[in-house]
Formats: sequence, C-alpha cells, structure tokens
Amino acid sequence: MSRFVAKHVAGLPRSGIRDFFAIVAQMKDAISLGIGEPDFVTPWGIREATIFALEQGKTSYTDNRGLNALREEIADYVAELFDVSYDPEDEILVTVGVSEALDTALRAIINPGDKVMYHEPCYVSYSPSITLAHGIAVPIITKAEDAFAMTAEALAEAWEPGCKALLLNFPTNPTGGTVARETLQKIAAFAQEKDMIVISDEIYSELTYEGEHVSIASLPGMRERTLFLHGFSKAFAMTGFRIGYACGPKDLIDAMMRIHQYGILCAPIMSQEAALEALRHGQDDMLFMKERYQQRRDCIVERFNKMGLKCHKPKGAFYAFPSIADTGMGEVDFAKALLEQEKVAVVPGTAFGSGGKGFIRASFATSYDNILKATERMERFLETRCQGVSA
Amino acid sequence: MNPVLKLILEGERLTTAQIGEVLNLSRQEVEAEYEKLKTEGVLLGWRPILNPDFIAGKEVHAVIEVKISPEREGGFDRLAQRISQFDHVESCYLMSGGYDLLVFMRADSLHHVASYVFERLSTLPGVLSTATHFMLRAYKEQGYLLGEETLTDKPSMSF
Ligand SMILES: Cc1ncc(COP(=O)(O)O)c(C=O)c1O
Repeated sequence: MSRFVAKHVAGLPRSGIRDFFAIVAQMKDAISLGIGEPDFVTPWGIREATIFALEQGKTSYTDNRGLNALREEIADYVAELFDVSYDPEDEILVTVGVSEALDTALRAIINPGDKVMYHEPCYVSYSPSITLAHGIAVPIITKAEDAFAMTAEALAEAWEPGCKALLLNFPTNPTGGTVARETLQKIAAFAQEKDMIVISDEIYSELTYEGEHVSIASLPGMRERTLFLHGFSKAFAMTGFRIGYACGPKDLIDAMMRIHQYGILCAPIMSQEAALEALRHGQDDMLFMKERYQQRRDCIVERFNKMGLKCHKPKGAFYAFPSIADTGMGEVDFAKALLEQEKVAVVPGTAFGSGGKGFIRASFATSYDNILKATERMERFLETRCQGVSA
Repeated sequence: MNPVLKLILEGERLTTAQIGEVLNLSRQEVEAEYEKLKTEGVLLGWRPILNPDFIAGKEVHAVIEVKISPEREGGFDRLAQRISQFDHVESCYLMSGGYDLLVFMRADSLHHVASYVFERLSTLPGVLSTATHFMLRAYKEQGYLLGEETLTDKPSMSF
C-alpha cells in the first residue's frame, strides 16, 4: 500500500468476501440471500413526498442539526416508542444514516487509545469505525449455545481497564438477537459501575417480532450516559436516502454537532423531507413490511431446520443465522461452494467477526418465491455435498 | 382476514403445499380453506393476470357507460343482470354519478364491441344511452405496474 496512506487505515482489514460479492453480481440467475437491506422499495407515499419537496425547490442546506420539524417529529416518535424524551432543540442530531451517527459518536467521545466494547458477531462497521476514531476495539464474543445473546457475565468478563464505551445493537445484525429487560438492566448497572458511556444502535428496533423492544436509554440513570442511534434505512426501507439520527444528553450531542457541522454540514434536505413523511404517515407501510418479514422468517427458519441446518428463530431484524457446522465444511467454503454449485448467495458468518465461525447469514427480506427456491437449492446442495447431515 | 386468503391476495404464486408450509397448515387444511372460501362465495375463481401488451392486437378492451331507466320493481337489478349475461362482459357495476352502469368488455376486435353495443346493448328496452371508451394503453394491471423495468443498482450482496 502507498506510503501516503495513514497507518491506521492501511491496517484495516479488506474484507476477503468482496471478491465473492463480485462473483454474485456477475451471475445472472443467482438468488441472493446476502442482501442487508429490504427487498421493498421505499413506500410510494414517502417517495412522492420527496418529489414534492424537490418540486417546491427544497434543495438548500438546512440547520446543521436537521430540519426543526423533523427533530420535533423524531422527539415525539422516540418518546412514544422508546419511552425516553429528548429536547428537539439541543438533544437530537439528524445524520447521514446511522453510519454517520455512529462514526460521529465514536469520534466525539474517544481519545486515542480509549477502549470501546461491542458484542460480536456484529455489523461489519463497528470494529473499523472504532479503529478509525483511534480507539481500541474490545469484542465481547457471544456464543452460539446462548443463541448469541449478550449476557452481563460475558460483558464483565470481557471488560478491561480503559474501556470507556459500550456499543450495543439490538435487534442484532447478523443474528437477529434481542435482549430481555432484565439482562439490559444488568448491562446498564455494569455500565454505571464502570462509568462507561453506551452507544445504542437501534436501527432494527421496529422489526422486533417477539417480546418488547426496550431501549437502554429508557432505563433509570442511563439517559445521561447513552447515545441513542436510529434511522430509517431498515424499517422504512429507505437505505438509499441515507438518513438517521442521534439522540442524547445535550453536551454529548453538542460534541457530535461540532464534528457533524464541519464534516457533513447537514443531511440532504430531500432525505430529511422523506424522513418527515415516514414518521408522519409511514406507519402502515412499515407495519405491512414488518408482517411480511415475520412470515418469511418463520418459513426460512423451518426450512433450514428441516434440511438439517440448526437455526434459532431470530426475534428481530431480517436475518436467519443457521449453523453449518454439521456439514463439516467451513463457512467460507460452504458459501463459495453453494454459490458455484447452486447459485445461492449467503454471507459467511465470520464476515461479522470470529464468533460467526460455523454459521452463515441468510436474509429473509425477499420474496417467498426466492426463499422457497433458494432453500430447495440448498437442500439439494446438502444432499450431494454432505451425506452425513440429516434432519 | 382469513390467512389463506390474505396470503394468496399478496399475489405470489405458491402451491397448496407451500402455502401450508408458510402458514403451518397441512395440505388438507389449505384445501379445506379454499373449499370454504368457495362455498361461502368469497372466492369466485382463479385467473392469471396477463400483461395487456401481450394480448394487444388479439383483443380490445372497452369500457361502456350505460344509462338505464330503473324499473318499478327491482330497480336496476334485472337489466344489469341481463347485460352482465353476455360472455364478452367482464365486469359490470352500478355506479353513482353521471351514468348508471359501467361495463368492462373484452372482445377480439373493435367491430365486435361495436356490434355488441349497437345490436345487443342499446336495443335493450330500458337502456337510454351508451358511451363507449376503448383502452389505448395499460400502465397498471390489477396491482401490477407495467412499463419499463427500472434497473436497480442494488448490490447483490451487502452487510
Ligand atoms: C446494525 C446496523 N447499523 C447500522 C447500519 C447502517 O445504517 P444506515 O443505512 O442508517 O447508515 C446497518 C446496515 O446494514 C446495520 O445493519
């Protein structure tokens, strides 16, 4: 790599499965269960509101924090759904997706060498984002036998001096794991005991199929030490709009705001208008999509278990995370061979950290037709590849 | 709503076995649901939805506004039912507004529609007037958007 590239950037791992992605893109009749976004296009009402905003000439910068109306709407939405109130004036920042919110949050709190804990397997950006903010990533490896649930015990075990922040993601990409209130209370108590700040990525929260979604920010004593991150990409099928937000105590949001105003200026106004429409009138569409995901989840999980790939039922998000350990193949070999032989694309679990060894991620945010066809092909693949596996 | 009905209304073509799998019902239970929907008169039948572009040239579609005079007993019903009897009539609705019946018709030529309207429809006692509109182009057919497929740049894999 060029000597001009910064050391901490040169050291970032370049995902090996990028090449694998390229193969999928070339294949004509491949079925991809490897997509991390909804198969629905953004509901028409939201698209239409965006077009209207453009027609009206809304093409300018906005307040650095985001449109007033949007921040107010976010405050109401978060208060109602997550049971924690934020002042739209100085406790909410509209960002370019949860991606920017996360990056900005990390940069706002990390001094070089500070440690940030996060649970693994997890969304691929966490560890690199921590590194890019000059922090040190401290993974908490969750285990398959606990259905990848993060426990307070695992947290305490992984903790080491110098840990300043804890990054949480429930429901979790890629495992679909959620967390019970009691566990969250224990995690919160630990964060208080060790004086850690919590960054909570709740991007999949609306897509919780069983049990209540509890935000750690709503637990006693946690609001003051939590940055709550949320966005529109998943539940409202708005990935391309690149819009999200961060909520938190005033001084922390102010710190993030300093980075955001110099680095980004503001989120695109048309996306902010779209987000406003999503919050005002997008509920029905969102619930419609959620119901579809839930049905498809039940179908794919049952099929995996039937064909001998042990799979827990994810309580949230739109990913199934079956074990392929019994096939005797590694997850990368499995994914490659499956693609070559049956043209079905899945993501090897290790893309999400070493804890994903022996697992694959399969998205069920796709049509029944795709799910049924893909699982039929996978079954055939298992039959020819590994006679040893049986249901 | 009945879950079987709800699922088939989504428009994905699933076999009875697949529907059973999705809804956690046995094949027989799904069949029984169909039977029930049919006997209750909820489900009238099955038909494929064709792309009108595909049948263009082989068929013409017309919409006919019909004004009729209601009868002393039975109002519009008897005449509406009579009009509905013709095979070429796909659908027939009583409407509020400037006319009474809206008749959707399919035939293999313009000539065919014209002769139906002139010879059969407008000559019926009680039919006061008709206005026939021919469909030129379809943009959406029973929930399916037509026209050029928009190319999506969605990556085939992402995290
Ligand atoms: C856990 C998690 N957080 C954040 C993101 C990125 O979200 P956004 O589109 O709001 O930047 C994703 C997208 O896959 C995700 O899975």
